[in-house]
Amino acid sequence: MKGNMWKVLAAGTMALTMLAGCSSSSTGKEETGKKLNEGDTVKIGLNFELSGDVSSYGQAERNAAQLAIEQYNERSDTKFKAEGVEVDDKGDAAESTTQAIKLIEEDGVAAIVGPATSGASIATYEVATQNNTPVISPSATQVNAMMNGETPYEYAWRVCFEDSYQGAAMAIYSADTLKCKKAAIINETSDYGQGLANQFETTFKEHGGEVVAHEQYNAGDTDFASMLTKIKDSGFDVLYIAGYYSEAGLIIKQAREDGIDCPIVGADGFESEKLVQLAGKENLNEVWYTTAYTTVNASDELNAFIDAYTKKYDQAPNMFSALAYDATNLVLDQLEATGATGEELNEAIKKANFEGITGSFTFDEKTHTPVKSVMVVNQVDGVQTEATEVKVD
Amino acid sequence: MSQFLQQIVNGLSLGSIYALIALGYTMVYGIIKLINFAHGDVYMIGAYTAFIVTTYFGFSFFPALITCMVVCGLLGVLIERIAYRPLRHSPRITALITAIGVSYVIEYTTAYFMGSEKRTYPQLLSNASFQLGPIKISTQQIYIFLITIVLMLLLQFIIQKTKMGRAMRAVSTDENAAKLMGINVDNTISFTFLIGSALAGAAGILVGIYYNSINPLMGMVPGLKAFVAAVFGGIGSIPGAMIGGLFIGMAETMVIAYGSSLYRDAIVYAILIIVLIVKPTGLLGKNEREKV
Repeated sequence: MKGNMWKVLAAGTMALTMLAGCSSSSTGKEETGKKLNEGDTVKIGLNFELSGDVSSYGQAERNAAQLAIEQYNERSDTKFKAEGVEVDDKGDAAESTTQAIKLIEEDGVAAIVGPATSGASIATYEVATQNNTPVISPSATQVNAMMNGETPYEYAWRVCFEDSYQGAAMAIYSADTLKCKKAAIINETSDYGQGLANQFETTFKEHGGEVVAHEQYNAGDTDFASMLTKIKDSGFDVLYIAGYYSEAGLIIKQAREDGIDCPIVGADGFESEKLVQLAGKENLNEVWYTTAYTTVNASDELNAFIDAYTKKYDQAPNMFSALAYDATNLVLDQLEATGATGEELNEAIKKANFEGITGSFTFDEKTHTPVKSVMVVNQVDGVQTEATEVKVD
Repeated sequence: MSQFLQQIVNGLSLGSIYALIALGYTMVYGIIKLINFAHGDVYMIGAYTAFIVTTYFGFSFFPALITCMVVCGLLGVLIERIAYRPLRHSPRITALITAIGVSYVIEYTTAYFMGSEKRTYPQLLSNASFQLGPIKISTQQIYIFLITIVLMLLLQFIIQKTKMGRAMRAVSTDENAAKLMGINVDNTISFTFLIGSALAGAAGILVGIYYNSINPLMGMVPGLKAFVAAVFGGIGSIPGAMIGGLFIGMAETMVIAYGSSLYRDAIVYAILIIVLIVKPTGLLGKNEREKV
């Protein structure tokens, strides 16, 4: 997620990445993994946004990853001991590359979990692939995040779906289930917002709808009154907000107060307890959004995770923690199964048939992205009461 | 047409807030010729003060408003005493850079103690709205208009009718002559900071309630826009700041309504550039001859 403003930084990072590539080959580090002995301690790199603007995502993921490692170590039937090595990428792409290099070269980790955001994640894929160290991003949802040109980075994976997939799912839900015909779109001017908005528009049209208004805003804006007044008379019957909770919450509040009472739909950027505080619970009705995580109709495994997380950290987990928990467990499962690092571990991840708390999935080898269904959740006075699975054709 | 009228209401509520902040810029500039870049952060402190007293101490709206104005007023005096007074006779650029430094100190101190995430207010004012013919106006917008108007009238009264106001005008015209007339210049400058910062504090709580979202860096952009408003109205001129604030708010709204929402910030800075090229003294600014 939040793959926005880092483009420029990512470009800068390319330079660093290339340097890293040189150094690793010049030191002759060409090993492609090693076999582990029973009882070995395996290090797993946890590269997250522990400070900075998106630290709430990074901290939630770090907590869940540590929980997964702790639970693995508590089991008696495991062959190895796992140790999480935490680093802080500060939400910065260049810093993320530096930290990934440190984890691989100094700590000798078997795999890296994280970071949470797309920009910071992409910045680690090149180094990870050159050093044969799998990196699993829990929530890098940006379109084509895994791709290095035509093919995916060989050692990079993610356990979430892609933004465009969510946009398509919501368009199908709006057109087919909510029976909406005319959409207004408001999106953030970021890769995330634009990716979602474009896909929503395309799929909504394919399903017989039309888009009657389209507005954009910058992250950090607070005043949406004039934008809403402008689109109000365009006759839309569904409003798609492609952005994060901090602005979406305000848009929902201002739209409802302005008398816009049609369905408001969005994506996983809505996923935050802050949405209710910002929008006001009386305004969160007839609101739906796509997400990878919901506690409605939770499975036993998910409930067990929620209990353990709440007990350990004294706060409820969210989508980010659930995805990071799955990502970490995916690595631990494959380590346990193969007893090897490097190429062998990566092959095992590629072929994994993983059952996690955010759903079961296998990887699409062409995109290194899981094939899993999207959940659409509703809001009744700011509380989720229903979740519907949507499949994108 | 109804959409146009509605956009005017939107523009007025945005503009009122810019005007309240712009007043502080203009007053401080008028009296010590300093662009106080920390002013936007005083406004942010107003929003946080209101957050603390309403969330943790359960204050209702008016006590919270008074508290904000008092806290911000005192903060303004403190900033002047610590940061600007020792530099009063240094080159202007020194004070200007200090102001930027003060701004960062306030922002990151707040982020350290309150966290950098967004905070929300408990509901302080009803968000019911009234239909006035074709336009819709909310209780919160009415409060914003009324409080802005009352505060501005009060300010005009203080400046025009009271002894302190006369002292402020005197110091702003000629500091040395004012001193010779027996005016306590230090106290007068402190008083100016007190009033200007209290107004920013009021803007802080109003914005907090209206948008229901505050964060430690919220003062930066409105601070800059209010500065543009002050320049547009003629920096140093109090009625100019009011007109400038309303104009900037209106321009921003109209650009969103009849252009693209992405140009909302661009239009404000474009106005700044045009004013500086065409009429650097602003709308109501005095064309002072440089004293040699």
